Amino acid sequence: MPDIVVVGAGIIGAACAHYAARAGLDVAVVDRGPVAGGTTGAGEGNVLVSDKEPGPELDLALLSNRLWRELAASPDGDGGRDGTGAAGGSGGGTGPEGGGGFEFEEKGGLVVAENARVLRELTAFADLAGKHGVEHVAVTADGLRDYEPHLAADLAGGVFYPQDAQVQPMLAAARLLRRGAERFGGGAPALRTGVTVTGFLRDGDRVTGVRTDRGDILAGAVVNAAGTWGGELAALAGARVPILPRRGFVLVTEPLDRPLVRHKVYTAAYVTAVASDSAGLETSAVVEGTPAGTVLIGASRERTGFDRTLSVPVLGRLAAQAVALFPALAERRAIRAYCGFRPYCPDHLPVIGEDPRAPGLYHACGHEGAGIGLAPATGHLIAQLLTGHRPDLDLTPFRPDRFEEGLP
Amino acid sequence: MTPDYDLAVIGGGPAGVAGALTAALAGLGVVLIDAAPRLGGQYFRRPAPGFRAGRPGALHHGLDRFTRQCEDLAGRADVLTGHRVWTVERDGGAVTVRCLAGDREERPRTVTARRLLIAAGAHDRPLPFPGWDLPGVLTPGAAQALLKGDLVVAGRRVVVAGTGPFLLPVAAGLAAAGAHVLGVHEAGGRTGLARHPFLAAGKLAEAFGYGARLARHRVPYRGRQAVVEAHGDGALTHVTIADLDRDWNPVATRTVACDTLACGYGFVAQLDLPVQLGCALRADPYGDLAVTVDAGMRTSVPGVYAAGETTGVGGAVLAEAEGRLAGRAVAADLGRRVPPDPVLSRRRDRLAAFARALGEAYPVRPGWRGWLRDDTPVCRCEEVPLAAVREALELGATDARSVKLLSRAGMGWCQGRMCGYAVSCLAGGSPAGDARAGAGGQGGGEARPGAGPAAFHRPIAQPVRLGDLAGTAAEPPRPGPPGTPAEVSHPPTEG
Repeated sequence: MPDIVVVGAGIIGAACAHYAARAGLDVAVVDRGPVAGGTTGAGEGNVLVSDKEPGPELDLALLSNRLWRELAASPDGDGGRDGTGAAGGSGGGTGPEGGGGFEFEEKGGLVVAENARVLRELTAFADLAGKHGVEHVAVTADGLRDYEPHLAADLAGGVFYPQDAQVQPMLAAARLLRRGAERFGGGAPALRTGVTVTGFLRDGDRVTGVRTDRGDILAGAVVNAAGTWGGELAALAGARVPILPRRGFVLVTEPLDRPLVRHKVYTAAYVTAVASDSAGLETSAVVEGTPAGTVLIGASRERTGFDRTLSVPVLGRLAAQAVALFPALAERRAIRAYCGFRPYCPDHLPVIGEDPRAPGLYHACGHEGAGIGLAPATGHLIAQLLTGHRPDLDLTPFRPDRFEEGLP
Repeated sequence: MTPDYDLAVIGGGPAGVAGALTAALAGLGVVLIDAAPRLGGQYFRRPAPGFRAGRPGALHHGLDRFTRQCEDLAGRADVLTGHRVWTVERDGGAVTVRCLAGDREERPRTVTARRLLIAAGAHDRPLPFPGWDLPGVLTPGAAQALLKGDLVVAGRRVVVAGTGPFLLPVAAGLAAAGAHVLGVHEAGGRTGLARHPFLAAGKLAEAFGYGARLARHRVPYRGRQAVVEAHGDGALTHVTIADLDRDWNPVATRTVACDTLACGYGFVAQLDLPVQLGCALRADPYGDLAVTVDAGMRTSVPGVYAAGETTGVGGAVLAEAEGRLAGRAVAADLGRRVPPDPVLSRRRDRLAAFARALGEAYPVRPGWRGWLRDDTPVCRCEEVPLAAVREALELGATDARSVKLLSRAGMGWCQGRMCGYAVSCLAGGSPAGDARAGAGGQGGGEARPGAGPAAFHRPIAQPVRLGDLAGTAAEPPRPGPPGTPAEVSHPPTEG
């Protein structure tokens, strides 16, 4: 019988399992699909501090940024163990040893402003964030090309954020699950894929395990890391956690022979789109290269339920915005596109903490588009709660029952 | 907006041409779109007019008949050759087909139609083995393209290997064109089909005819043998041929010097476009997928029809019959008077049953996995070796998609068309298993039944320049499905 059952083998579940195992707990991880089969497998791997305004999410992002660096540098990371980097493919970059086995890249983010008015807003935003620990460098219009030689000429300027980074999210989830396993031998996270949770075991109110299609699993506590499906999992325990899907498309180019995009580059409009409450389509250019030589192009946001149908106009807008930033991309080819569903809550904050309506059930979900970046901090804080430690951050803004207040 | 055409047909092989012609003869406005510079598909690929191909008809059964259909079609429908379709969309009563025309000077072209017939054909299914990425190693389809397209094979020393009856016409064609065909190595039993009750269906005579032609050129035809390794330093110089046991495990080997290897293990229907549209698929007992159709070749998606290999690999004669049935059904569904043709329907049923029997007579057996070594590339585009696929499985991948995400196998130029089957098998399932896992890709979010397997989920079916893609941005985005109903009811445990 494990101490903890983590439901969901995406990046959040992997981080929770990893930190819980590091804290000495026996952990089991179940997922109805494979590792990183949901939103994690549809992301770009953003580890960003640049897109968050001061507040609880920025605090979480800054803590997480530090933890990502630790994980990537960790000498016991199994990325360095086999040394082949085989699962990293032919990608170069910092290599599996330097990248923690999951292509961690301290590439930095460059936010660009289309005109003087946007640049003033962007600069004010960056200065405010700077007071909370976000490193940033103002970049003049002329200076933009020093960062990105292929950037369009008509931009007003920008801000460079050296803390922004990128990981290969699927590898990161898979490696974190394995890494705990190797450090803690017999008490390792046991990963069980293809296992669907159908309900909870209860002792009174208290959650004492999960029912699955492969039998019951008793545990001291259960972590809901089911991402976009976290609300439905919570409902099985009778708890309302309003998480809904917000669809995003990513375009992928052919591998380029030489890098066209060095950093993560996005327009200042992205920040407002992230924070928007609109149900309609919003797009803003987010462009970055990967160690494999491809360029990833996002980001669109739509509330269309779990509809996976390709939207050509959305891809068209993404392409147009990317080409506007990097005119040389016009001649490059997109070879694939994928979509995923960001798990979002009405207040755009994740749900982290024990559910008072179902003691023993800990939520770690609803991170919207920032789940990769926020995963280590989330896992670390959940592990602190599980082991009875005082968490490093005040978790009040993230508490699971906060949505009850507005109800009649 | 009124659609440009009554019917758009994708694919200019036997099924597409027959479907387009039938519909045009019934009075419909028809456009036929094909990626190749000339009509013909894989089967009737014809030498370009400039080539002095003595008697191209000699390479084909039924080429004259097909040529007549093409000529007839040219006066009755718009034929867009050299147009690669990169996506199709369905919006209410119309279908939008987006293509790219031309090679160097690519131009986007958008066609709308009231109905869509997908007859996109099939491509070879290679299996990986050490050395399969060497120059000189081809698929049988590519070898036949070489033969039919530009006819420069004379003097080559060729080994033909793999499984299925298609190896025979390829070998016979190569031999007739002057190649020295050293042998045809059929991994399955050579007589697999002869025991089958459909032996009388007439097609086996064709196979025997090839047998006679092979004998004339002194080409040996061996059963239970396979090429398990190709050797060469920069180019193919020789191959290792193994005798196989029942499950295709090698029991004895020898090497043969050659400069060309044509090697393939059957065909995979091109299902990208039907999967984009959400057409329901079915799997045969060996895991191969095809679009489900009714007697009028209607798919599960209203207004979308399929014919030829798209509905199951079955060859040119079946494809033509299906194309005609589809063309008649489209015409009838659009209000034209079309008398029933029970003879055609029965022919289709008979040929389809024979095709199923063929498929069952030439299954891929699991022993091929043992031909691989740790460093054997499984995905050639991204240079992913077997060891990396194994590592992805150890990391928690359970299907082709998660193997791809963790190892990059299938992420490159061909988007898994070449390695997808092998990766699915190595992941412990069949392609159909992936289909049942519910795909369109990402297990958790998939809601529509029959949305198709991950292996075929390619929202962009052909590479498209970002500049051309940007050109579609001027169009107003379509609203999401009204109310986005019921699609939220999923098992809740996805991570």
